[in-house]
This record gives sequence, C-alpha cells and structure tokens, in this order.
Amino acid sequence: MNKSTPLNRLGNGCCALVTELNAQGLTRRRLLDLGLVPGTKVEVIRRSPLGDPIAFNIRGAIIAFRKEEAEKVLVVQVS
Amino acid sequence: MNSEAAVGNLLEEAKGIIGDQQAGIRDGIVKSIYDTSENITKDVVSYTSVHRVDWDRKIDNIITSPIWGFPIMFGLLAVVFWITIAGANYPSEFLATQLFWVQGRLTELFLALSAPEWLHGFLVLGVYTALAWVVSVMLPPMAIFFPLFTLLEDAGYLPRVAFNLDRFFKKAGAHGKQALTMSMGFGCNAAGVIACRIIESPRERLIATLTNTFVPCNGRFPTIIALASLFIAGSVSVTLGSFIATLGVAGLVVFGIAVTLFVSWLLSKTLLKGEPSSFTLELPPYRKPQVGQVLVRSVIDRTIFVLSRAVVIAAPAGGLVWIMANTTIGDSTILAAAANWLDPFAGLMGLDGFILMAFILGLPANEIVFPILIMSYVSGGTLVQMESLADLRHLLIDQHGWTWLTGLCTVIFALCHWPCGTTLFTIQREQKNWRWTLLAAIIPASIGVIICITITTLARALNLV
Amino acid sequence: MGLTYQSTGRSTTREIFNVPNAGSELVIALAGNPNTGKSTVFNALTGLRQHTGNWPGKTVLRAEGSFIHGGRRYTLIDLPGTYSLHANSVEEEVARDFLCFANPDATVVVADGTCLERNLNLALQVMEITDNVIVCVNLIDEARRKKMHINIQKLSKALGVPVVPTAARSGEGLSELMDTISDVALGRVMPKPVLVRYSDEMEKAIAQMEPKVREIIGTHINTRWVALRLIDGDTKLVQAMERYYKEQNPKQADLEVLA
Repeated sequence: MNKSTPLNRLGNGCCALVTELNAQGLTRRRLLDLGLVPGTKVEVIRRSPLGDPIAFNIRGAIIAFRKEEAEKVLVVQVS
Repeated sequence: MNSEAAVGNLLEEAKGIIGDQQAGIRDGIVKSIYDTSENITKDVVSYTSVHRVDWDRKIDNIITSPIWGFPIMFGLLAVVFWITIAGANYPSEFLATQLFWVQGRLTELFLALSAPEWLHGFLVLGVYTALAWVVSVMLPPMAIFFPLFTLLEDAGYLPRVAFNLDRFFKKAGAHGKQALTMSMGFGCNAAGVIACRIIESPRERLIATLTNTFVPCNGRFPTIIALASLFIAGSVSVTLGSFIATLGVAGLVVFGIAVTLFVSWLLSKTLLKGEPSSFTLELPPYRKPQVGQVLVRSVIDRTIFVLSRAVVIAAPAGGLVWIMANTTIGDSTILAAAANWLDPFAGLMGLDGFILMAFILGLPANEIVFPILIMSYVSGGTLVQMESLADLRHLLIDQHGWTWLTGLCTVIFALCHWPCGTTLFTIQREQKNWRWTLLAAIIPASIGVIICITITTLARALNLV
Repeated sequence: MGLTYQSTGRSTTREIFNVPNAGSELVIALAGNPNTGKSTVFNALTGLRQHTGNWPGKTVLRAEGSFIHGGRRYTLIDLPGTYSLHANSVEEEVARDFLCFANPDATVVVADGTCLERNLNLALQVMEITDNVIVCVNLIDEARRKKMHINIQKLSKALGVPVVPTAARSGEGLSELMDTISDVALGRVMPKPVLVRYSDEMEKAIAQMEPKVREIIGTHINTRWVALRLIDGDTKLVQAMERYYKEQNPKQADLEVLA
C-alpha cells in the first residue's frame, strides 16, 4: 500500500481514498460532515486560476477548500 | 417528576459508559451514516448509459481556467454594465421628458388655482422634481441591471467568482465568501451586509461588513454612469460613448474591489487580527435560469423595493432642498450659505460645496445625491429642464465650472464615502455594536477624502487642471 | 440546579419558534442540503404566501409560508440548508433545534436526485430525530438528463418513509408531494424510518443509555437519538434542552433554581 499524502499534493484529475484526517475539533467535524470519512473516494477536479483553493468531487458534489484544509486530509492515490 | 435528575448528569453517565473511547466516536457515527447512505444509493440508483458528457466540468474548464477565468469575469461584468448603460439611455430620456412635461402642467394648474408661490415651489419644484429625477434616473438602469444580475446568480455563476477570487481574499486575511457578499452589494449594500451572515467567523464577517460599501450599489450606479457618460464619453458618438463609459464604470468597480482588498488586509492586520478560518465552498451544477421567475423576482423583490425606498426618501429631501434654496438668512439662502461654508474643504477634495452637501443630504439614500445636486444648482438660477445629457453638460461644465477633476473626484467619492442610512441601520442591527457601525461610516469616508485630496493636490501641482 | 423535562408538551415548545400551536395549523418543516432546489420547492408550494424574518435570537434567515390543501392550512418552515445536523454551525443548530423541539407534524427532506448519497446522509439524520419524514427526490429531471434511474419504491422501502420524486422547476410531482405531506401530517400514513445501525459497541452503549434518558426527559423527543447524542458528548444539545425548557416554563425553572 502507498504511503499517505496530503490531499493538496495530488494533481488535477487524480483519484484518492481518504485514510486519515489530521485535524481536531470543529475542523475535523466539518470535514467529516462533508463526507470525508476514511475510505471515501475523492477526485481532484481543478485548481482556482491562482492555484488555491482546490475543488474536489466528494460524494457527488464539487466542494472547494483552501490549501490549509486540504493538507489535513491524508489520502492514498488510486488509479 | 424527578426534579433532581438533570440532563447534564446524563451526559456524565454517558461518559462513564463509553469510557476512554470518546475520541473516535464522532468519526464512527459519521462513517456509519455515510456508509448507510452509500449502500442505499448503490441499491436504488442505476445508470442507463455510462458515457455522458459532463457539461458542468467542460464549462468550468473555461470559466475557472487560469487563462480565461479572469478575462471572462471582467468581460461579463463589463457586458452587464454595457447593456445597462446602453439600454437605459433612451427609456431614461423618455421618462424625463414625460415627467417634466407633467411638471409643466402641474405648474399651470397651480397658477390657474392661484396657489401661493411657496406651495408651488415646495410641492412642484421641490418634492415633485426630486421624485421625477429619482424615477427617470434610477428606474431604467435598475430594471435592466437587476434581472441580468439575477440571471447570473440563478445560473450558478457567483460561486465560481468566489472560487476564482478566493486567493486574494485569503491574502487579505478575509473569507472567500466575501466575494459573494460583494456581489450582493452591487444590488444593494444593505442586502450585501445581510448576506455577510453566510460567513461564520465573526472576525471575517465584520471585515466583509465594514468593506461592503466599496462595491457601488444600484443607488450609486446612475450617478457613476451619468458622470462617466458625461466626462469620459462626452465628445464621441453615442455607440462609442456608451462603450467607453462602460470601460470607465468597470474600471471604477475594479478599483473598488482593490480598495476592498486593501482595507480588508489593513483591518486583519490591525483592529481585526486573526487567522483565516476554514472555508468550504460548493460549486453547484449550472442550471438553466428560469427567466420568468427571474424577471418577477428581480422586478418585485429588488427593483420595486429599492425604488420605493428611494421615492419615499426623495420626496421629503426634495422639499427640504427647495426650502433651503428659498429661505434667506442675511443676504444669502441657507443652501448657498451651507455650500459656501463647505466650499474650502470640498475644494481641497476637488469638489465644490454643493457637491459635498449633496452627499451629506443624501445620507438617507444614495439615489438622491445626484438629484439633490442638480436641484441645488438649478434652484439658484432659472429653472432648467434637464431632459438630456447635453443639458446636464451645460449645467455642470458651463454653468458650474466642472472639470474632469471634479467629475473624477465626485465619482470616487460616490464610491468611497459613508454607506447610506439603510445600510448603516442594517449594520447596527446585525452587529449590535454602535462602534462598528460608526467605523463602517468613518473608514470609507476617510479613504474617500484621502484619495480625493491626493488626486487633486497632484493634479494641481502638475498643472493638469 | 435541577431541571426536568417530563412536563414538556409539544404545544408549548412551538411558541418559542413562533409557529402555530398544535391543533390550529399543521406545521411542516423543509430540510435539505444546500443547492438541492429546496427554495424552489418552497416557492412552488407556497407561491406568494410567504414572508421572511430571523430565527428567534439568531441572525439566520428564516422563510415561512403556507399552502391550503384539502381544505386545511399548512404552515411551511424552510430550515437553513445544511449538510448535516451535528450543530457544527449556527444553521445546523437552528435546523436541529427546530426538528427536535418544535415537533413539526411532518418534515420534508429535499434531496438532490443527481447526488443522492450526500443527501441521504442528512435524511438519515433527520429520521433519527423524527418519524414523520417524507423524502422529496428533487431535480428528477436533471437526473433523467444524466441518464440516472432512481428506483423510488426501493428507496422508500430502504428508508421506511414515503419518497416523492419531483422537478420543482417544472412543477412535476408537487401535487403528489402535497398529498403525501397531508397523509403524514394527518396520520393517515405512519412512516417507520429504518434507522442507521452503528457499531456493536455503540449500539450497546445506546441500549444502556436509552432507559436512563426516557426516565428523565420522557418520550416526546426521540430517546434513541438523545442517547446517541449524549454518547457523542454533545454538550450543545444539553445546553439547548436546558434553554428551551427554561423558556417555556420560566417560573417553574426559577423555583427549582431557588430550591
């Protein structure tokens, strides 16, 4: 199995499975409620024209967040 | 009834049951719920065809692309302004002609009834003129701008604007959704202030609230558009004129966005220090706007609402201006005396006393600033019928000595001064703190004063005027 | 201080939310994720009979409307659009408190048919709080355009509640939705929500907590759900319970505080 990487390191078009949330408190609960529980498939859709925020397909909705949140989501890339 | 047992105790008991596993509980709960929805969805949803074109993604590839994202954004903004400016021209003139024709008949009626001069002055020259101005200047651009804007909103474009611009707001220590609250501000700053509720963090909500006025609202657009048409596009053909005026207005809006970002940055470094809070933004699928609904909603909810507010405030303001222009103390009217008193300071800012006074009297609603200005100019001399831009040019440039600098400073001050009374009232209601409300007026006003004085001083030092 | 919740009736709590008491009008809550066309459903059901304001004590917009169906008047409360009911934001708190304490006669969860998984997450959470749930699978026309087929009967069976497909923009399915709302609100149809099963440890803990919860707060709030929230350490819910109880029985609460 690949080593976990922060979600913001993946390029556009990559798919990955969530392994862990490296956040506590409210941020963690919010990320969970967006559907980012371990095992969830996430697709990197696009970056904003200036590189940040990044938009992801999470369980059928396109949701964007800033680098600061994305790097708290650890994932393994899948094809 | 067991009055000793409280729910708080239950919480303690729950802790006892679950012991030291507390940490992973929320994760487990959310996972179980999502797993259940995933399984149900797999069971009930099937695709009849696998390959389908994802239009949303294709559209977003262009609209949020590094190359086209920003040009399209400013292009759309410019197109909306251009349609508004070009489209509002003729209905505005038509309305002005009709309403001032009615004014002539009203005057005849008052003469026929041999009504006292002051009554005719107050009601017809004061109240009615202000109303006629507000309606003819404001109604056409609003009836065009609001539906266009609502169309963009309905189609799902606004979240893309927030997505494109977020990096700037992050750098300024502000929230990405501030772009959405600013978009609402184009319609009405009070609505923009209410929209700030979507920003969860109090610090960032306050930043968005205090800077919302740097987005010109519909009450100020007519002033800005009229002056842009007058000064930037005054000497060229009508088509080219509205095109150049559009560029001028779009440029001013971009300038307003730059000021917003600068002030947001300044606030987040001083009064409202703090780290940017977490930010999630959904980019919903594009939807075909419901044109009929859009028209009804934007006309009823927005146009009629803003216009009626303007009318309610314009009527007494018109009367007040007439009284001020026709009551003499010593050897000058109150209006002239007040304007003279303001004149030295206004002069430093590239304005004159009448302009500054119009902004002050326009505090209840920005829509009436320009009408008040014209009324105060006109009421001093003979009555001029303002039916076209040419009449306006004559009044401002030939009779009151406006230069390009006067026009520029007036437009900048229209963008950066205190928010209107309604907006201030809304800020007070939302924040419940008069210090912030006061600051919401002081910050933009001092920025406007500083910019105007700087430009004027430079222009005079370089002998440009 | 000791506060009890036994005496809390459905009618008294509603006053706190400025909605009509039970008996006079039927109160229907409208829940859903953001961007599901929830406000289109709201507008389509209520037309121009609506007004907006704030939630009591909160700067959160609240839309309220009404419609007449079968000679009865229904008050429709549009809850803020949220992804969940875990009270991570003011909006989520407002929506949860209303479902929990105002006891609507029926709750419609508006779900985006093109993105069912994400939307069922909220529906399942609503079903934990109240039985009288109707799932409205909206944007069914978009789903068809995307070549998706949703088996409505199967979904209804899996959830244990009525499911109505709609395309609120074109008006499709709205009269069925109104029929179903009145069936549920008037008790002609009794939904039996199929609840989420948690891990064995969790279920055991819930089973242990539930009787204690019932003993203290009675049964007017779903005890399984309250037990679950307590195990999750939800202090906000506890605060909310104390607050609402105090607001509806201020004198009694004061007496108990004094005692």
